[in-house]
Amino acid sequence: MSVPGTLVLPRPPKTRRARLRWTVADSLTITKRNLSHIRQVPEQLIDVTLQPIMLVLLFAYVFAGAIHIPGGDYREYLVPGIFVQSIFFTAGSTAVNVSLDMTRGINDRFLSLPMVRSAVLLGRTVSDLFESALSLVIMAVCGLIVGWRVHTTLGSALAGFAMLLVLAYAVSWVSTYVGLVTRGPEAATGVTMAVLLPLTFVANTFVPTEGMPALVRPIAEWNPISAAAAAARYLFGNPSVVPQGQLAWPLQHPVIATFVWCGVLLVVFASLAIHRFHNAAAR
Amino acid sequence: MADPEAPAIEAEGLRKRYGKTVALDGVDLTIKSGTICGVLGPNGAGKTTVIRILTTLLRPDGGTARVDGYDTVRQAELVRYRIGLAGQYAAVDELLTGRGNLEMIGRLCHLPRKEAQRRADELLHRFGLTEAAERLAKTYSGGMRRRLDLAASLTVEPPILFLDEPTTGLDPRSRAGMWTLIADLVEAGTTVLLTTQYLEEADRLADQIVVIDAGKVLATGSPTELKATTGGEHLDVVVHRDDEIETARAAMTRVASARPRVERHLRRITVPVTSGPAALIEAVRELDARSVAIDDISLRRPTLDDVFLRLTGRLADADQSDATTADDDRLTSQGAAQ
Repeated sequence: MSVPGTLVLPRPPKTRRARLRWTVADSLTITKRNLSHIRQVPEQLIDVTLQPIMLVLLFAYVFAGAIHIPGGDYREYLVPGIFVQSIFFTAGSTAVNVSLDMTRGINDRFLSLPMVRSAVLLGRTVSDLFESALSLVIMAVCGLIVGWRVHTTLGSALAGFAMLLVLAYAVSWVSTYVGLVTRGPEAATGVTMAVLLPLTFVANTFVPTEGMPALVRPIAEWNPISAAAAAARYLFGNPSVVPQGQLAWPLQHPVIATFVWCGVLLVVFASLAIHRFHNAAAR
Repeated sequence: MADPEAPAIEAEGLRKRYGKTVALDGVDLTIKSGTICGVLGPNGAGKTTVIRILTTLLRPDGGTARVDGYDTVRQAELVRYRIGLAGQYAAVDELLTGRGNLEMIGRLCHLPRKEAQRRADELLHRFGLTEAAERLAKTYSGGMRRRLDLAASLTVEPPILFLDEPTTGLDPRSRAGMWTLIADLVEAGTTVLLTTQYLEEADRLADQIVVIDAGKVLATGSPTELKATTGGEHLDVVVHRDDEIETARAAMTRVASARPRVERHLRRITVPVTSGPAALIEAVRELDARSVAIDDISLRRPTLDDVFLRLTGRLADADQSDATTADDDRLTSQGAAQ
């Protein structure tokens, strides 16, 4: 058998501090595992790399000629919108990953280990954040190629990217929850797309909200995607079309509104997802 | 555990239903520390549900279970520090290497990094996976995958190990290898609960066997005890021609202690007998008197197949839909010592 005396049964954490330390350690172990999956199957990254490139190119070269916005170049208006849309799509793929993990036998192994259970989800959202970051870098480079520029300070630009990553993290928890409540990866993809497609278009992502019908416009202006796109435009110094006094509150204070949205989504969906995971495990 | 005499696993009245399907209908279990218990039953009997409840993966609808003295619902986390789980759906990460899998599990069991690496090496060596350590688990054969799965469940040397159909789908050589590994673990003091559909496996490994079917415990006992309940030895007769089966059955009934069992496709008639060799001689006389030509006749100790058949009225490997009325059969066979 094994060398006697070299292995002692680990003991459950006694203090809150010890538990927190193990939550972090276990989450990092799971993150590392998910990232090494990407190393084995790099095709997984097509979603988060090729798709944003195509979106930037499509809109920049197909639509840019037809759409004019007051006070600026359409491409400069467009690129931050695509950043936000892609962030939502990339984070949306978390649903599929979570759903896949739940159907794999390895999930039973995780649940029977003395690990911190929520680390399975925490690790997933952290590794998906790496994908979002990669996607953002690729889009930024693409944007620069088609003529998008940052007109503010370096600090402001960095704040812009940081905000987008916070947004990505918050959305990946929504997505995690979707992955847990839907049955199987196909259903998770279906639900995610059904929600995200209209959500990203009924917004100021591609066109300003002024031209929208009275019924749609309030929806678009309260859409977190609009706030995020407006905030990104503000932080990168891109044209953002602000007819004074007309806009809903989130678009008048887009940066604050975006962080409020992130906080709300994060708190609500992280607790829902963790709760659901614990229960789903005991179904 | 403070008290070495306390049972390693104790379950009382476990119930679980999925919608309208009753998976467990009041299961009781007691497994002594350091022994190996085989939970035996056909597909869908509730074996996996028992394991999932005892390993805290599932909450029972009713009843309680204690593992190493800890309640599987209220003290689930403490239970998870004491158990290992390996099973028919080898729970390995296909996109990690063999070593990667074991190191990850070690880390999740909160071993320090160096210790997790050392432990992974040790387990790879012990399970004959050192050569394949750097290959992705998805390239492993069924037997290797199962060994990796078992190795993973042993990362922290849990005192109690749950094996859900550990050899289902393995070739005979891998199965024999798995049996040796399991026997070694019990030798070293591990308590093992294993589920199986194979009577041979339970017979060979288990100190105690729990026969379950349709979510209920039908019988509990050592393999010898269970076999003894079927009454003495068994006499198998294989007749030469199909049309002689009925005549032979009549002849055999005269020496039997219970109703004969007929397997037509094998032209085989089996009866339990109490008097052993005397019954054999008697049977030969009876068959000879009726001029039945026989291909084979043999006296043998009862197998768990006989036990299962008597308890459930059908063979263990028969499909659920073939279930005949088990109770009728049992009553008949018990009251038929004509």
